[in-house]
Amino acid sequence: MGGKTAAKVGQSGLDKKTLLNFLHQMLLIRKFEDKAGELYARGKIAGFLHLYNGEEAVAVGAISALEPHDLVITHYRDHGHAIARGLDAKRLMAELFGKATGVAKGHGGSMHFFDASLGFYGGWAIVGGHLPLAVGLGLASNTLRKNQVILCIFGDGGTNIGYFYESLNVAKLWNVPVVFLCENNLYGMGTALHRASAIREVYRKAAVFDIPAERVDGMDVLAMREATVKAVAHARGGGGPYFLEAMTYRFRGHSMADPILYRDKSEVEEWKQRDPIILFQQRLREEGVLTPQDLEQMERETDELVADAVKFAEESPEPPLSDLHEDIYANP
Amino acid sequence: MPMITYREALHHALREEMTRDERVLIFGEDVVAYGGAYGVTSGLAKDYGEKRVFDAPIAEGVIAGAAVGAAMGGLRPVAELMTINFALLAADQIINHAAKVMHMFGGQMSVPLVIRAVGGGGAQLASTHSQSLEPMFAHVPGLKVVTPATPADGKGLLKSAIRDDDPVLFIEHALLYRVRGEVPEGEHLVPLGKAAVKREGKDITLVAYSRMTLVALQAADLLSQEGIEAEVVDLRSLRPLDTETVLASVRKTHRALTVEEAWRTYGIGAEIASRIQEEAFDDLDAPIRRISGVEVPLPYAKNLEQAAIPDAQRVMKAVKEIFARTGG
Repeated sequence: MGGKTAAKVGQSGLDKKTLLNFLHQMLLIRKFEDKAGELYARGKIAGFLHLYNGEEAVAVGAISALEPHDLVITHYRDHGHAIARGLDAKRLMAELFGKATGVAKGHGGSMHFFDASLGFYGGWAIVGGHLPLAVGLGLASNTLRKNQVILCIFGDGGTNIGYFYESLNVAKLWNVPVVFLCENNLYGMGTALHRASAIREVYRKAAVFDIPAERVDGMDVLAMREATVKAVAHARGGGGPYFLEAMTYRFRGHSMADPILYRDKSEVEEWKQRDPIILFQQRLREEGVLTPQDLEQMERETDELVADAVKFAEESPEPPLSDLHEDIYANP
Repeated sequence: MPMITYREALHHALREEMTRDERVLIFGEDVVAYGGAYGVTSGLAKDYGEKRVFDAPIAEGVIAGAAVGAAMGGLRPVAELMTINFALLAADQIINHAAKVMHMFGGQMSVPLVIRAVGGGGAQLASTHSQSLEPMFAHVPGLKVVTPATPADGKGLLKSAIRDDDPVLFIEHALLYRVRGEVPEGEHLVPLGKAAVKREGKDITLVAYSRMTLVALQAADLLSQEGIEAEVVDLRSLRPLDTETVLASVRKTHRALTVEEAWRTYGIGAEIASRIQEEAFDDLDAPIRRISGVEVPLPYAKNLEQAAIPDAQRVMKAVKEIFARTGG
């Protein structure tokens, strides 16, 4: 473990509404994921399904630091990032169902969420493959003077492939406004970090490119926000790329197909003691920001949002067969 | 019309499009001080500034991926990968990303980008620098693959490729840069996905692309002296593939021979032959034949390399065999 933990809630400088909204988003992600897992088991959702349980503080804290015109580009465990960015849970669930109303019209599924109107640029399923894209998006931001910051999220498993080093090198050379955010959940699928990476402190890999880098407690939503605010300011101010390593843990398997034979139950239980949602609830209660009534209402609201999403997905039409030949070319 | 080289024609296309559209920018291997491995980008950095023409490290994955990202961000990048052999290091970005963005995300965004690379053998660069890998890329829906044979087509197709909203792999040929031809000045656009009849004839259709178009034309001239009038169809684009122009020619000549530098198995010739027999079987007087690169890694030794690459003599021999079988 390790990584910076944020100051107490009261010192965070955030108002009650913002703080409660963080909790609301984290709860929504958790419930969305639990429901998706359940529906997968019932055969309503197919393909690969990678759930984000346990990592909610990373998405919610980091993405809260962005402006609306900034961009998020992420890996295939993308549900949490999409929800934190404000994508409509209904259309996300519909995408999981392979329906025409899904965010990618049923073309992409779980791993390829996308909503250009909200600056959510995917959902990419080749490990490390989207890091070069983030560099290109940063180049476009600089060239077209968009003042955009690109938040590029990937896992620890994405830091051992050539793309990672190529992208960090070019990001620094071209001075692009990219915040690289590594979600270090200690496993690349079923292979532990120490079996895959010669360096266990992933943030140190950025240091060789002279990119400022730090490790953050990814179970602490306020620590994630604080660190990302700083990283975003650095990038937006023309300082070039910044690197964050969020220490986190996924509570469920790599995907729904994962029997989880590679990690001890005791390790999982230990991390669950640091459940980011429970930790944040406790802190908000201690600070007097969250009342039992608030929590009860929030539980109800998020339950309803997920139920509405499922209903919407169930009732949505499948894509028409004519759609098979659509969207291959812009200029066919 | 001025006679200029293939290299100059491509250079003019880049220059004109950069002048026309500020979103066009060039990055890739050795494009600034070196002027591009084959000199195509020479002088552009000086004239348009290094914010629009800049070097990338020799790292094809990030070059191609950054081109995809830049296109998603609103630019119209022209990325230079030096050779098609190195595009294998970018194949993941080209196939898994460039060709997928439009479809995988439900049509929300297209990626207008051009990746330039040199293909083909004949310069004694041995097996990893001499390949004709265009069939691999032309296999992929979502990509466009363009292979100009002449200076005029080089200019017209490159300008069209830059203006196109889809990802285009633009494959030049290493032995064509010094070839001269008439090229219209200024606005000259050749549409993607349209083949061209480069020589008319009534007896047989030779279907070729890239440098093999010139080989087919050379063979056609020699055949003409022997009383066989070959029609030469230059595909120009491999995807989209203009089947109609090929079929119209075959319906006239009733015979077809494909000529390609790439390997035979699963190749462009196989695809063309298949389409002809599907659509124009009854028009054929003879089985379709294929001339292709010999199925070996390209060797360094000059005589061995030359033996591996199709030439006019091989084309003529095949044509004569077709006629020997069916009669004139």
